[in-house]
Amino acid sequence: MLQYDIVIIGGGPAGLAAAVAAYDAGSTNILILERDVQLGGILNQCIHNGFGLHTFKEELTGPEYAARFADQVKERGIEYRLSTMVMDISKDRVVTAMNRTEGMFQIQAGAVILAMGCRERARGALNIPGYRPAGIYSAGTAQRLVNCEGFMPGRRVVILGSGDIGLIMARRMTLEGAKVLVVAELMPYSGGLKRNIVQCLDDFGIPLKLSHTVVDIEGKERVTGITLAEVDSHNKPIPGTEEHYDCDTLLLSCGLIPENELSRGMGVELNPVTNGPAVNESLETSIPGVFAAGNVLHVHDLVDYVSEEAAAAGRAAAAYVAAGGKSDADVRRVPLVCSDGPRYTVPCTIAPDQMPEKLTVRFRVGSVMKDRYVSVYFGSDRVIHRKRPVMAPGEMEQVILTRKMFEDHPDLAEIRVCTEEA
Amino acid sequence: MYDIVIIGAGVSGCAIARELSRYQAKVLVVERAEDVCCGTSKANSAIVHAGYDAAHGSLMARLNVEGSRRMEALSKELDFEYKRNGSLVVCLDKEDLPGLQKLYENGVANGVEGLEIVDAERLHELEPNVTDTAVAALWAPTGGIVCPFGLTIALAENAYTNGVEFRFNTEVTGLTPAEDHWEVQTENGVIDTKYVVNAAGVYADVFHNMVSAKKIHITPRRGDYCLLDRSVGGFVTHTVFQQPGKYGKGVLVSPTVHGNIIVGPTAIDIEDREGNNTTAAGLGELTEKAQKSVKNLPMRQVITSFAGLRAHEDGHEFIIGEVEDAPRFIDCAGIESPGLSSAPAIGVMVAEMLRDKMGLAENPNFVGTRKGILRPSELSLEERNELIHKEPAYGNIICRCEMVTEGEILDAIHRPLGAKSLDGVKRRTRAGMGRCQAGFCSPRTLEILAREWGVPQSEITKSGGHSKLIVGESKDSL
Repeated sequence: MLQYDIVIIGGGPAGLAAAVAAYDAGSTNILILERDVQLGGILNQCIHNGFGLHTFKEELTGPEYAARFADQVKERGIEYRLSTMVMDISKDRVVTAMNRTEGMFQIQAGAVILAMGCRERARGALNIPGYRPAGIYSAGTAQRLVNCEGFMPGRRVVILGSGDIGLIMARRMTLEGAKVLVVAELMPYSGGLKRNIVQCLDDFGIPLKLSHTVVDIEGKERVTGITLAEVDSHNKPIPGTEEHYDCDTLLLSCGLIPENELSRGMGVELNPVTNGPAVNESLETSIPGVFAAGNVLHVHDLVDYVSEEAAAAGRAAAAYVAAGGKSDADVRRVPLVCSDGPRYTVPCTIAPDQMPEKLTVRFRVGSVMKDRYVSVYFGSDRVIHRKRPVMAPGEMEQVILTRKMFEDHPDLAEIRVCTEEA
Repeated sequence: MYDIVIIGAGVSGCAIARELSRYQAKVLVVERAEDVCCGTSKANSAIVHAGYDAAHGSLMARLNVEGSRRMEALSKELDFEYKRNGSLVVCLDKEDLPGLQKLYENGVANGVEGLEIVDAERLHELEPNVTDTAVAALWAPTGGIVCPFGLTIALAENAYTNGVEFRFNTEVTGLTPAEDHWEVQTENGVIDTKYVVNAAGVYADVFHNMVSAKKIHITPRRGDYCLLDRSVGGFVTHTVFQQPGKYGKGVLVSPTVHGNIIVGPTAIDIEDREGNNTTAAGLGELTEKAQKSVKNLPMRQVITSFAGLRAHEDGHEFIIGEVEDAPRFIDCAGIESPGLSSAPAIGVMVAEMLRDKMGLAENPNFVGTRKGILRPSELSLEERNELIHKEPAYGNIICRCEMVTEGEILDAIHRPLGAKSLDGVKRRTRAGMGRCQAGFCSPRTLEILAREWGVPQSEITKSGGHSKLIVGESKDSL
């Protein structure tokens, strides 16, 4: 059996950033396993710009952003295997993987970093009624066909869901010569970034219909049309509001789901809100020595935050390996809870004795909120009180906790992250 | 001149073709779709009914029980997935108990083995997620589940290997009797044949009525279904039916042979023989009804929904036999539930009927077994490595949800009556059938199909006809 100190599952932005950070923290015996033919993950099909504003202070395309990290991996001589599928991970961190040249092989990992990313919610999971013809694609599948293969999946397009990939694809399909008729969104607010609505829809005159959904798909062989309807406050279609669109394509951008089949298989405890592992301050899952970062942990809005988070997981994994693969089961942990806005936090618990000097806690709110404060309470003490003019479910929020805050509250039982009236 | 032309490559047509290939005869199956198993046979409950339901003395009852008895052996001969998981007909109201007893007695009369009425306590031991208020159930240990694609494709491949011809994309448009044979008009020319077998599913009445003055009438009865993710596959282990009673017919909740949970069907009579669209009302009805027999059904785990059409004949009975006023024209019509369960018996019945009428001699070269697509996931690590060394394509995962390798897809394409479309690959290998519903693998499967068939990717379809997946190249219309 092969042996590595750290095995990283996935060579996308999270896996690459975790590898570089773990290496730089002194853990050099690392292996990245990537199922695709190249490093970079989904960034390779994201040929639009706007990546890296935080990390590199410049605007890069997805492949360029990925290449920066892939280069750092290669400069350090970090090992990686491509076209390699991880089939299984055991509780004892034995990774079973497979590829064409080596067949099935096993690796004993000192630590594992889960960085498998996420997948798109499919038509079936949305339970959209109608026929099942050709011409229904998730936005990401269409993105791959157009950007990587050079194919047009359709000419007259309706997009359901205003997630970022859907917005980006509205612009891309238009630039490639298709007519995008409308973007419909079930919720009364967009699921994507504000800047994408402006740059991908408004600039191209593509209407965004909030509180609308697809209620019928027509076409027995290829899509010939769809029907939209407005929905009420319970997301139920309102009779009489139906509108028909002649189109040959329906793209879906209705949410992303962390891909945790491997995590579930090894018994990692998942957070039902994020569908990602429940992690502590070290981004360590319920199984000691198994860490998670990036979209497998919770779906991010910006890749820069993925890289930042993954670097933290890389450092934590390196520390775990350096400590001889032991974690302190009896360490005091403080749980985080949310109320009045935030739906979840990553991490879910913090061990004050093990946290870094500054710890970023990320979360998303459940609805659009204007002119509110983000507050953090340590017991009954409010330690953070920060005004936010607008918060939306499509954008990730964060607060930064310091060691000092914990030192001031030695008997802390609970941390509450919430929003409050201005 | 063919001896026999079978119209329709669904499970009945393919079962008849397979059983006929035991004899020396020139047999052709004509199918308007691009593949076998494209109509009713692909969208149903995937259940092998034990046979207590059909009225005692009916042809349905006889063929159901016989089909169910044959299924296990057939699944071994032809290597398709079948499991005898047992079924439970759940009684939700004390007032319905006499009906349950009647169902039991009907089953016993039909010759169904092992039937037992179990009380609420035993029922919940067998199936803990059955609703708390259930009062009893009819337990049929011989009830089973089957892969309907696997069954139909296996029958077709075996028939083909034994000499039966298949013509796809060939719709039959007319039937003209000649002196001692039939002229079968198709969109691709006329085919002469001594005998015709009408196994045309929801269109069987159309063909019957072309040749006979004694009309039959089939109503397409739509059934909506939902399929749940394998992560909740253990929700029930038996096929859980609701006893028809004051709540109406109810829907079933069952495991599938692939480890998913299937919920369905509705029963909505429609006009359109192609109307296999789901509706919001249908899907809503499913959710509501299913929750009567089971508790906390995880409907959030739906990965797909679909609808199928049952060929419901007005008399609710299988119509199998030579048409009175149309000699040498054999009906196999009205094959609705339990049609899938009965298919092995229907095949034998029709083939023996033709053997006797035509005096067919045995085919000395008949091979009764067929090997399905290799499933690497069932091999040990060592066996799998040996396979990958020989055929590296088995080391390349294409569908990551169902863990289907390129090797399996290549096998699906190159075997007899191989897959030509994305759905063809899906039905043979399960690639694209998982939780992401082909989001990741469809571009890759498309590429493999185009490469192996030597055509551009723009020619590859989802399911034949005009179901093209790609309409051109980027910027080609600018």
